[in-house]
Amino acid sequence: MSLLSVKGLKTNYGPVNVLAGIDFEVAAGETYALVGESGSGKTTVIRAIAGLAPAQEGSVLFDGQEIRGLPERALRPLRKDIAMMFQDPVGSLSPRLTIGSLITEPYRIQGMRDRDLDAEAKRLLEMVNLPAHFASRYPYQLSGGQARRVGVARALALEPKLILADEPTAGLDVSVQGELLNLLNDLRERLGLAMVIITHNLNVVRHVADRMGIMYLGRLVEEGTTEEIFHKSRHPYTRCLLSANPEPDPDARLERIALKGEPPSLIRRPKGCEFRERCPMAQEICTQTPQWDIQKGHGIRCLAPLS
Amino acid sequence: MTETLLEIDNLGVDYETARGDLKALRDISFDVKKGEIVGIVGESGCGKSTLISSILKLTAPNTRFRNGEVRFKGQDLLQNNERQMRSLRGSDISIIFQDPMQTHNPVLSIGAQMVDIQHRSKAAKADKRATAAKMLAAVGIPDPEARLDQFPHEFSGGMRQRIAIAMALMSEPDLLIADEPTTALDATLEVQIIERLHELQREMHCAVLFISHHLGVIAELCDRVVVMYAGAVVESGDVRAIFHDPKHPYTRRLIDCDPGHIKERARVLPTIPGEVPDLANLPTGCIFRDRCEQAGPRCAAVPPLAGIADGHNAACWLNHKGGVS
Ligand SMILES: Nc1ncnc2c1ncn2[C@@H]1O[C@H](COP(=O)(O)OP(=O)(O)OP(=O)(O)O)[C@@H](O)[C@H]1O
Ligand SMILES: Nc1ncnc2c1ncn2[C@@H]1O[C@H](COP(=O)(O)OP(=O)(O)OP(=O)(O)O)[C@@H](O)[C@H]1O
Ligand code: SF4
Ligand SMILES: [Mg+2]
Ligand SMILES: [Mg+2]
Repeated sequence: MSLLSVKGLKTNYGPVNVLAGIDFEVAAGETYALVGESGSGKTTVIRAIAGLAPAQEGSVLFDGQEIRGLPERALRPLRKDIAMMFQDPVGSLSPRLTIGSLITEPYRIQGMRDRDLDAEAKRLLEMVNLPAHFASRYPYQLSGGQARRVGVARALALEPKLILADEPTAGLDVSVQGELLNLLNDLRERLGLAMVIITHNLNVVRHVADRMGIMYLGRLVEEGTTEEIFHKSRHPYTRCLLSANPEPDPDARLERIALKGEPPSLIRRPKGCEFRERCPMAQEICTQTPQWDIQKGHGIRCLAPLS
Repeated sequence: MTETLLEIDNLGVDYETARGDLKALRDISFDVKKGEIVGIVGESGCGKSTLISSILKLTAPNTRFRNGEVRFKGQDLLQNNERQMRSLRGSDISIIFQDPMQTHNPVLSIGAQMVDIQHRSKAAKADKRATAAKMLAAVGIPDPEARLDQFPHEFSGGMRQRIAIAMALMSEPDLLIADEPTTALDATLEVQIIERLHELQREMHCAVLFISHHLGVIAELCDRVVVMYAGAVVESGDVRAIFHDPKHPYTRRLIDCDPGHIKERARVLPTIPGEVPDLANLPTGCIFRDRCEQAGPRCAAVPPLAGIADGHNAACWLNHKGGVS
């Protein structure tokens, strides 16, 4: 059975339909990556799972229990098992608290008063490779990457079963990023930690995710194992996205597949395939609506998939 | 010879803290020429954001300028008063902050903010609004007219970053300073921003100082690269020299750690073992010595940032006659 199972999740903000039905599952110990266009709804998906964004329709099962629409009181005990890492690292840290109180705040919220909080703060800082004296600093006295690591330490404090991580490595240098990913990989192996990770960094996805879902305009357009997606992707959007990734070589000549036009309106969604107007491979049949087609665990929403 | 636009000369900046003075920037020197795109890379916490907030004099209250000059078009900005700085920022010099919330006022609609920053223009309010909508569309935000009335928190992380970029470009600056402006953008948008900056460089001779941890973006965008470590410049040079022939062990390790080079899934990613030095308690000798695999006896003395080839400088004894012994 999956640890997390999301079905038909829909979110509207007023007239704007942000999520148009999201389905995916994550097993215990598995890392699932959500990648895709900026504004396609990735942050909304994980915020809705955690009860921090509205979801008018659909179901979110955690450990077999329906958690969509639970009131905050009912969610509180779950916050021990489901931890969030936010996209905006500095903004998500309360400016008045020291780093030491920020990372041990989860213990206080859960009423775990028997803990030696100073010792815990030291342990958590060490885990994300920050010196112990950072416990007395305030968020504005940290660099962007240091604030990001504080967010990670805080999320790991209660040894959750599931981490929902929004761009956990954005703003980290490649060495610290490597340390963090090694740490998360290690926790996954030791504690069976499951993760949903959102990232724009395609170099990172390749090394952490077991499976990945590609989002476009509030829907998944492709899903498969990380191997499949990198080597045998079939959706034109996925191909465009993967081909764009800049290479760390000033002489690299990349064969990019460009997207056409502008991102479409969310107020009046396009008819037929919603990617059609921007798709470099669109054909006549694409005026019809593509259905989710899944074969051997590789799902795709496209009427003229690539081979 | 192209004209020098920005000269940073021996800049030293401290943060005063309860543990003593943090030597956040030490002897920083480099130039940005007119129409040149210069990248700054370096480990998290090495002082990149401190450097750009110092250039703009937008520093935290516990900042102390110790020495050096920051000359823009020949004039030392550190001698400017707040009024003079304000008139430079947002006209000749534009900035995109690392944290987009530093740019956007959370209680004002995006449209109001984008109209406000056109305060130098004599156009009618409705025209300013139309310009704002056009700018949103230009950075790929759908339904731009309708979205002008929304507040910052109603946009996605990447949209906020794109709005910050759009706002910074509105004044057609001579110098754009951008602190990790593409961390929340997908690869296709990232490439569009790179193209847009190249266009500005070609058409307006706009110079750019661009901070990023994404070495792929640096390689594709920049003409020159400055590498920082623990508050100091350890290497600078042409982008090809930095990526193909790095002369400082830190630069070499940094490039080796980039997972962009590793195409098959790795269980354990490479890192640089050891810790960055404590800026309040600096070690003696070469700043990278504790973590350097090639360190030798000579590294107990500080290596100077010395020229290796035309425009290529590095601070490492390995490049000197006699090496590290
Ligand atoms: N106001 C402050 N008071 C004390 N220390 C500070 C202050 N602001 C930053 N620092 C420290 O100064 C050092 C440089 O910080 P800075 O933000 O310039 O780093 P950065 O290179 O931009 O890092 P990143 O890539 O993580 O954003 C860090 O060690 C940071 O903790
Ligand atoms: N509180 C809100 N009110 C109104 N609209 C919102 C709100 N939060 C998000 N949206 C809209 O929902 C859409 C999806 O946003 P979301 O933040 O989920 O995107 P994302 O995929 O995480 O993008 P990015 O990669 O840029 O972070 C966007 O159009 C955004 O403006
Ligand atoms: S001077 Fe010595 S310690 Fe410093 S980088 Fe060069 S070899 Fe390494
Ligand atoms: Mg997001
Ligand atoms: Mg910074």
